[in-house]
Amino acid sequence: MAREYEMMFILQPDLAEEETEKIIGQATEWVTSSGGEVVEVEKIGIRKLAYRIDGHRDGFYVLIRLQAEGDTVKQIERRLKVTDPIIKFISVRVDEELKKLAKIKKIREKRDARRKARARPPATAEAG
Amino acid sequence: MAEQKRYGNRSPRPGGGGRRQFFRRKKVCRFCTEKIDDINYKNTSLIGQFISARGKILPRRLTGTCSRHQRKLTVAVKRARNIAMLPFATRA
Repeated sequence: MAREYEMMFILQPDLAEEETEKIIGQATEWVTSSGGEVVEVEKIGIRKLAYRIDGHRDGFYVLIRLQAEGDTVKQIERRLKVTDPIIKFISVRVDEELKKLAKIKKIREKRDARRKARARPPATAEAG
Repeated sequence: MAEQKRYGNRSPRPGGGGRRQFFRRKKVCRFCTEKIDDINYKNTSLIGQFISARGKILPRRLTGTCSRHQRKLTVAVKRARNIAMLPFATRA
């Protein structure tokens, strides 16, 4: 059962444009080739880092949301480690969190609907 | 939840105590009141308000956050630090 993950990595800012594209393409290719499925790729762009990472003050942030098995993500992490231009990365499992958020939203909608229903009858009573 | 006024010195002593230092309104958890459920490591503007000038996570007694949201907040801050969106420490 595929799980939903979010992987964000930082590329060196002084990288050539097509070099960055190549790496992002490579990452998406890793996902699809090992049975995963890319949900969304978001190039956030160059941002100031909060602390210096091996000499760089800024970094090119990229976020990839994907659906894959656990060990696929493990392989991708291993590859991210060895890719030089990628200076930092983080992978986060989000599907449980998304389920929880959906549940809370549903509960809240139900409560609001009930509250609205309770508020409305008196109004219609007066109209009658 | 009755609006209970906290005494300045943290522990409301029985009998009210003559020298009342100062009243402080009970702080409420911002995440509960504004109904923010998704405390995401990416929106640094939100979680940035809960770290000190030196980059440390503010304790609950100062921010008034409830324990459930404080736990989510610490996870988000630590992830943001790992991806260099928040500093580990600043020499403020």
